[in-house]
Amino acid sequence: MKVRVHVSLKPGVLDPQGRAVHHALEGLGFSGVQDVRVGRMIELEVADDTTDATLDDMCRRLLANGVVENYRVERA
Amino acid sequence: MRAAVITFPGSNCDRDMAVALEKVSGTAPLRVWHGDAALPDRLDLIALPGGFSYGDYLRSGAMAATSPIMRAVVEAAGRGVPVLGVCNGFQVLTEAGLLPGALLRNAGQTFICRTVPLVVENSQSLFTAGYSTGQQIRIPVAHHDGNYFADDATLDRLEGEGRVAFRYVETCNGSQRDIAGVLNEAGNVLGMMPHPERAVEDDHGGTDGRALFEAAIRQLA
Repeated sequence: MKVRVHVSLKPGVLDPQGRAVHHALEGLGFSGVQDVRVGRMIELEVADDTTDATLDDMCRRLLANGVVENYRVERA
Repeated sequence: MRAAVITFPGSNCDRDMAVALEKVSGTAPLRVWHGDAALPDRLDLIALPGGFSYGDYLRSGAMAATSPIMRAVVEAAGRGVPVLGVCNGFQVLTEAGLLPGALLRNAGQTFICRTVPLVVENSQSLFTAGYSTGQQIRIPVAHHDGNYFADDATLDRLEGEGRVAFRYVETCNGSQRDIAGVLNEAGNVLGMMPHPERAVEDDHGGTDGRALFEAAIRQLA
């Protein structure tokens, strides 16, 4: 089973990378971009019987840092 | 003094840390590999050096925090064994949950490599007793991910409990409240982005880091 974990910075956490990308988009002439936040998407191939609790545990213990990041698990 | 320096794949300041500890204490520290499951016994001090463990994959320090030796380091820290984490070592300590907060990409997006002034905020700890509170010292920084972040409640608690050890005199990397180094609740774990081991000998261009090692060694001897 394929699982995607989407990791994003929590609101309020400064994202200098997103700001630089935002600036670059404006440099390319794209107007009307309000904000850019850069996250991370992790694809896992796991056993079909992997539980939500186990996936959640993976996220909390390694894949995301709960101090600064939120995560969302998507079963493909 | 019986100290250990941990080396992770990608550590690059482990030798500098070992040399600094030996220069100041007169005894070469033990060298421990990340894959070891146990620490040498009767350690007086554990040092986590700077570098780019695991190529900063996932998040700086995140992979190293899961290495076998870190379980032993967390256990030793819980028993009160002093732990010093510098730069990547600080990142590993936050990822391992031994220190609060996280270290994010520098606000200016650039790698910062220069000697910066710090103010000593707490001179009562094991590692900072060689300084006086309010003293300014000059220590090199060299990092891309040194932007200290914690929520306001955590920051207020750190300040209230005297757990901010060092602060940048001038804004350096976007760190909340210009925090450069923090202590754990018990005071035996210090994490800091600046490199005191790079300011020990005259040839380093400054020796302000020496007092950190001297204070710890004096109290642990």
